[in-house]
Amino acid sequence: MDVLFDIFGSANFWAAAIRIATPLIFGVLGALICERAGVLNLGIEGIFVAGAMAGWLAVYLGAGLWGGVLVAALTGAAFGLLHAFLTVVLGLSQHVSGIGITLLATSASYFTYRTALPDVSSPPRIVPFQSLDLAGLSDLPFFGPVLFSQTALTWLALLLVALVAFVLYRTPLGLSIRAVGDNPASVEAQGLSVIGLRIGAVVVGSALMALGGAFLTMSAFDAFFFGMVNGRGWICIALVVFASWQPGKALLGALLFGAFDAFQIRLQAEIGQVVPGQVFLMLPYLLSILALVLVARKADYPRALLQPWTKGQRH
Amino acid sequence: MTSHTPLLSLTDITKRFGTLIANNAISLDLHQGEILALLGENGAGKTTLMNILFGHYVQDEGTVRVAAGGDVMTTLPPGSPGAALAAGIGMVHQHFTLAENLSGLDNIRLGTEPLLSFGRRHAARAKVEKIITESGLDVDLDRRVDGLTVGEKQRVEILKALYRDARVLILDEPTAVLTPQEAEGLFAVLRRLAANGLGVIFISHKLGEVLAVSHRIMVLRAGEQAGELVTAQADRRAIADLMVGKAVAEVTRTPGARGRALVEFQSVSLGKPGHRAALHGVSFDLRAGEVVGLAGVSGNGQSAIAALISGLAVPDSGTMRLYGDPVTRADPRRLVAAGVARMPEDRQHDGVVGTMSVADNIAIEEVRSPGFSRYGFIDAKAIRARATAAIAAYDVRCPGPDAEARLLSGGNVQKLILARVLERAPRVILANQPTRGLDIGAQAEVHRRIIAARDRGAAVLVISEDLDELFALSDRFLVIHAGEITDAGPAETLDRATVGLLMAGQTHTPETLAS
Amino acid sequence: MSLRLEPREHAPLGLRLLVSLLAGAIALLFVAIPVMAAGANPCEAYVLMAQGAFGSMFALSETLNRATPLILTGLAATVAFRARLWNIGAEGQLYMGALAAVLVGSGFLQLPGPIMIPAIMLAGFLAGGLMMVVPTMLKQRFGADEVVITLLLNFVVILFIQMLIEGPLKDPLSMGWPQSVPLLAEAKFDKLVPRLRTHWGLIIGLVSALLLWLMVKKTVLGFEIKAVGENKPAARFAGIPVDATMLKVALISGGLAGLAGVGEVAGVKGYLSADLSPGFGYSGIVVAMLAGLSPIGSVLAAIFIAAVFVGADSMSRATGISNYLADLVVALSLLCVLVGSFFLRFRLAPANPKVEA
Repeated sequence: MDVLFDIFGSANFWAAAIRIATPLIFGVLGALICERAGVLNLGIEGIFVAGAMAGWLAVYLGAGLWGGVLVAALTGAAFGLLHAFLTVVLGLSQHVSGIGITLLATSASYFTYRTALPDVSSPPRIVPFQSLDLAGLSDLPFFGPVLFSQTALTWLALLLVALVAFVLYRTPLGLSIRAVGDNPASVEAQGLSVIGLRIGAVVVGSALMALGGAFLTMSAFDAFFFGMVNGRGWICIALVVFASWQPGKALLGALLFGAFDAFQIRLQAEIGQVVPGQVFLMLPYLLSILALVLVARKADYPRALLQPWTKGQRH
Repeated sequence: MTSHTPLLSLTDITKRFGTLIANNAISLDLHQGEILALLGENGAGKTTLMNILFGHYVQDEGTVRVAAGGDVMTTLPPGSPGAALAAGIGMVHQHFTLAENLSGLDNIRLGTEPLLSFGRRHAARAKVEKIITESGLDVDLDRRVDGLTVGEKQRVEILKALYRDARVLILDEPTAVLTPQEAEGLFAVLRRLAANGLGVIFISHKLGEVLAVSHRIMVLRAGEQAGELVTAQADRRAIADLMVGKAVAEVTRTPGARGRALVEFQSVSLGKPGHRAALHGVSFDLRAGEVVGLAGVSGNGQSAIAALISGLAVPDSGTMRLYGDPVTRADPRRLVAAGVARMPEDRQHDGVVGTMSVADNIAIEEVRSPGFSRYGFIDAKAIRARATAAIAAYDVRCPGPDAEARLLSGGNVQKLILARVLERAPRVILANQPTRGLDIGAQAEVHRRIIAARDRGAAVLVISEDLDELFALSDRFLVIHAGEITDAGPAETLDRATVGLLMAGQTHTPETLAS
Repeated sequence: MSLRLEPREHAPLGLRLLVSLLAGAIALLFVAIPVMAAGANPCEAYVLMAQGAFGSMFALSETLNRATPLILTGLAATVAFRARLWNIGAEGQLYMGALAAVLVGSGFLQLPGPIMIPAIMLAGFLAGGLMMVVPTMLKQRFGADEVVITLLLNFVVILFIQMLIEGPLKDPLSMGWPQSVPLLAEAKFDKLVPRLRTHWGLIIGLVSALLLWLMVKKTVLGFEIKAVGENKPAARFAGIPVDATMLKVALISGGLAGLAGVGEVAGVKGYLSADLSPGFGYSGIVVAMLAGLSPIGSVLAAIFIAAVFVGADSMSRATGISNYLADLVVALSLLCVLVGSFFLRFRLAPANPKVEA
């Protein structure tokens, strides 16, 4: 019990939890926007990789950190546009297109990295985002280290949660996105463009996913590694269901997940001698599966998810 | 009907789908304050015409013009629902176009405010409430649409149009989902709206309600304009002939010979207690040589009855017996083998696998039986032979037994299903919405087959939303409301009004029958 | 003259073949761009790739060797996708199959020699199948999406394998490399040709393709799988046991992926390691789609994909261009064949001339 108390009582732990949650917050928000509009984006895993590589490479080649973030977002948006063209405009299988985008984005990133840096043995580093200390608030006991040891990208993620929630629930745009994912006919009958709304949602959502990747190379670490995304994208797809497609719950889900992951890392340090390390590494994936299984029955899936739409289509 | 300039004018509208001419040079005018009925059989081209008017389809020829103030009329750009909305045309589709995860108010606001703005929720509410007061279209604006009844959803649809200051309101088969009493309420609203200056186009294939609500009637037949008349001077018989294009044969039905009970329901319950679509302790039986009509507004438990007789479900409590033995396992194959013929409610969705061949779809229920397979291998020759015979016997119009079923028209899909289920001389028949969406020729054919099966001694349950169809077929009526069944007795003792009252949930007492 | 799309009534076999061929060709053409970006001449690169894949008996043998697991994972995806069961977990199922082969074939069980190979195949098939049956049951029981679960299970399985080969299954003679104890000699597949690596796994793949084709075309199970895949409600209404059919599909699909793992252990490596598969499971999806979900086509598509990998490796050694180029071709093939499927459903026809009048 002392072990648990030590872990949960330490500011360090909570700081790590938020740090681990950050890329997931980006990813879940991105997936949430796509799915609210009725499009499953399994390209997320590859878009994470592409965002991580593109953002990092831009900075490595001399762009500023925020320039790198922009490059990452645009890269994600470009893959999103491709996914939207295939699934929304042509109405092709969202599953297959998403897997294809993941394979393409991943291989393109790896190829670009290898081609741009043919002769490196160890991954080159950049100077990543530093923790953002607002007016010396990091000196506050406990909350200082938890909140103000985070980088600007984490704050951006938190800000985006509020922004996405606001847009989704308080603006006509959000109303239209929620409607187009439930019944596209309702949107078309009111004179709006189903195709346009869906393309927009997928592009924006994919840009956010890429930011999740960028966080890894530009904030959590300072370099790009092969396999560094390691299923985080898929976990986001599970977390969206867990979050019932609501931004607030998405934040909660990502934080819970981050806390759990931070916990298993610390637990590993404590009892790693007895239990093989892989058991701990498996836990996040198993937890995601468990979360999915527990909530799936009750999940209020957007009714038009996976359903392509052609103009003038009746039920 | 004060102004001489019409609100809306369609001129020589023609629309083709491949070789099919859905609309051939149709012209019509609609004036302020007028209720114009667009009457015709299924497939006559009514919905196509309105979809062109609303911009869902693009016409091949012809123009749509709308009043633009004074005596001026402007041409509506084809294929643009946005332009139609902006010109004051509102449409209530047969299938509602509502986002079920939004409130009624949000559905009404959808698309009316700039996307990149904070919205005008309060102003919108005030305006909608004013419209509600004026029109009598009462509905809870804050409830999510998936929690509303069908009638309430329809009201939200009409409010959507009125909120956009519609000058023309188009309703596509609006009464299909309503009880006769609810339909009366809708007619009252429409009359009130027309009196306030709205132009209404009322699409229907039901003669009675068209006569009740409209000022003027335009009849469409097979894509052609068959006639146009003023309702007050219309003769029921003459309109019917216009619709069908030949003298309509009166349906003659000889009473069935009632035999022993083949299917018995004893206090059967199924589904969430208290739910409208669940069954709450229903008891009835189906007897050999008898057609039983199940009347009711859709969503009152018909699906549960159909699921039980189809073998897709077993009762939560109570007993369903087939030939006296309780059915304890949900196994459609066992019921099929025992001689139960099942026609699904949604034949395109549940009846056929569109990408499989006509032959495979005819064999699908019995593919494991020795006639069609051996040692787990398909006997393609036998399946094809059976299909070839069935296509001829049931007049299924298709390129051949190998054609994919998705290429068949609705009527031919139904014939395919008849061929599948009736060929085995079934003892029990479930006919769920057997003629919905079929033209009159196909309807008559389906009815003839059902009566013939009854005369052979089968017990038939017909579930239909169309009271005319039920009266044409049934020997006896059951009425379902909120998951409870009333035995309304022999068809001869009933009229539409009585059945309508029972459908609306009025208790069945000798007094109500007498009145 | 303007064009419009109209739905096709039927996509003839020739057109389907054309779409697949074009998809592969266009994917290959596309990568001329990255090849040029990397500073090489695309034509030379293509020639080097072709030589590397088919230029000698050795090259051909390597290509077929590489195609062997891809045929099986391709068939795994084929049978699942035909039933609209989204098995994206062939990678994990492959490893479970390989693990089962090692557990049965490395001496933990005393089995007589002649039944050794059937035993490891059966064990691998069942282990892989089980890895797909469980997510399918979770879908049926809890409504949990099988896509995400099978994807996540891939990561779990790899970690599980790592745990075993660093722990209880670790080969004491491996000088610290994380790899399992080796298979017994009688559990290994023979080579087809002396001194070349192509092994009996290829025959297993070909026979599996033939059997699957037979199942799809001629059996009641194939009939039912098609009905369930194309229209679940109608299949259920017609009395086809939908859940049971899906479980059979899951077992076959996972089992085929498991066999791919057996083949890699018994035919190539001789032991289990965590780098047994460079993504054969994921490439299997591309194989299946490229083949238009045809079992026989999967063999050809697998050879194409294998040739791309083997050829790219060889080209990479000669020119220094990264062999991730092969993954690019594979990804692009998938997207191209997906776009191609659009033209199987629709055709371009001249718009009605009267509209313009």
